[in-house]
Amino acid sequence: MSERTTTLSPGSEILEVRGLTKRFGGLAAVSGVDFSVREGGIMGLIGPNGAGKTTIFNLITGVYKVSEGSVLFRGEPIQDREPYLIADMGVTRTFQNIRLFKNLTVFENVLTACHLSASYTLAEAALRLPRFRREERALRDKASELLKIVGLEDRAEVTASNLPYGLQRRLEIVRALALDPKLLLLDEPAAGMNPDETEQLMRLIGELRDRFKLSVLVIEHHMDLIMALCERIVVLNFGMKLAEGVPDEIRNDERVVEAYLGAPAGGK
Amino acid sequence: MDYYVQGIFMLAGINLMAVLGLSLLTGFTGLFSFGHAGFMAIGAYASAIATTMLKLPFVAGIALAGVSAALFAWLIGKMTLRLKGDYFCIATLGFGEAIRLVLDNFQALGGSRGWPGVPAHTTMLNIFISVAIGVAFLANLVNSRHGRNLIAIREEELAAQIAGINVARYKNLAFVTSAIYAGVAGAFLAHYMTFIQPKMFALIKSTELTIIVIFGGLGSISGSVLGAVVLTFLPELLRAVDKWRLVAYGAAVILIMISRPRGLMGGMELSPRGVKKILAERRAKRAAAAANAETASAEIGSES
Ligand SMILES: Nc1ncnc2c1ncn2[C@@H]1O[C@H](COP(=O)(O)OP(=O)(O)OP(=O)(O)O)[C@@H](O)[C@H]1O
Ligand SMILES: [Mg+2]
Repeated sequence: MSERTTTLSPGSEILEVRGLTKRFGGLAAVSGVDFSVREGGIMGLIGPNGAGKTTIFNLITGVYKVSEGSVLFRGEPIQDREPYLIADMGVTRTFQNIRLFKNLTVFENVLTACHLSASYTLAEAALRLPRFRREERALRDKASELLKIVGLEDRAEVTASNLPYGLQRRLEIVRALALDPKLLLLDEPAAGMNPDETEQLMRLIGELRDRFKLSVLVIEHHMDLIMALCERIVVLNFGMKLAEGVPDEIRNDERVVEAYLGAPAGGK
Repeated sequence: MDYYVQGIFMLAGINLMAVLGLSLLTGFTGLFSFGHAGFMAIGAYASAIATTMLKLPFVAGIALAGVSAALFAWLIGKMTLRLKGDYFCIATLGFGEAIRLVLDNFQALGGSRGWPGVPAHTTMLNIFISVAIGVAFLANLVNSRHGRNLIAIREEELAAQIAGINVARYKNLAFVTSAIYAGVAGAFLAHYMTFIQPKMFALIKSTELTIIVIFGGLGSISGSVLGAVVLTFLPELLRAVDKWRLVAYGAAVILIMISRPRGLMGGMELSPRGVKKILAERRAKRAAAAANAETASAEIGSES
């Protein structure tokens, strides 16, 4: 697996969002949000339905154009870049409503996303020149290895849309990993999972973070997962940042309990 | 071989050439075009200019056909590929008709009365060689990272972008490549018919090409080959029913699409790898069903 060279010392910020604002017509889905993700950290993004969480992911990944404010990845502004360039820099994500390459197999889904690790040209592919063969073999090895890491190797030949729901979410995560990302954005990775699967997923996210030296920003409604996994949490409400802090601070923050957690501290 | 049958084979080969390109665009990239007859027209006229007025050899005519079609496609792609799918489709339709109308009024090239006297350079052999090269190129393309990027766009455009694929560039790649195939097919057609006329490249020709791709099965090269051969021969076989030929043709296409909604090949390939894939998928499906049944019974067991 190719390693991106790290120029920043650990502990510095990999992502910084400043005054981030997105308006749809008259509606401000996100307004003036600031936060940052530490290199190697796991940050949670929570809030009620429609708070603007997914919109923030769409702004960071370039799917939506930012109305105001900036997004800095390793100190570099990326808010005006095309999504594919942002992905190439090392920011990638999963989707709340799963978006797999449905008619392709599990293996092909991951293999497709490995494309940035090869550099052979169209002509080299058409003539099946040595570089094409060599790099293609490397891509296949990489895809197999990734499937093994997340335990999908025995489903490699299954069509993605035939996978059980929980494994589809897992496949989306591996597909994102195929890009060798530095920052992984997970949009409700445990949605629709039972407690058992959620527990497994949580462990997986932690393992992947360590193994691939990732920084993670995760949106979730499963509070157990968020509280156990995240070092810091940002709470959004009506597009604005309501609170930010370590899990204990968030759990005991009156405004958060009132707006979102809706139960005494420690509850769901 | 019978001269008449040989002629139909040549026509099938020419259709196939154009269909291969459209298969890349529609079957693998998921973009619909109703203007590819326009690229055939460009190829036909460009190659005829090369072989008659410029007295160049046929190969040069074919090359010129491909290059001119590519240039037009690149320009049109730049302007229209950012549009959403349906609008792109309408834009290609407009382009195809515009090319035909321009040629209709271009008296130096015969205008709407047509242009006779194009040399008969097309042979079974040169069509066969070109189609073989066309199939090989397409097969190698779709089995490379470039081809997989196109398929990713067809499957889920947003996810493709997030996976670092330059969607605009790859769409244009598919469009230009498909236009080159159509242009080359146009060159062969001109030098087979020895007479070209703008109305040979009307909307109905574009539609016919798209029907063949869908009929053969989207995302299958062997399906496109099969589709082009079957649907070129079918109208000839139906000559017996004379007036009802087109009705019977339409009925036959509808019948087959009802019985095989995903086309003749249904996205599968007739190749060693394709057959292996079909078998592997069957096996995987059975294994998954077994595994699901097992977990289900385990769950029932643990609950009771
Ligand atoms: N493309 C869009 N056009 C118009 N409005 C939008 C668009 N995308 C999001 N919105 C609006 O922005 C607001 C925030 O939506 P968003 O999807 O970011 O919420 P969320 O926090 O992810 O909610 P959930 O927990 O339900 O996923 C909502 O009011 C939504 O209707
Ligand atoms: Mg959301």
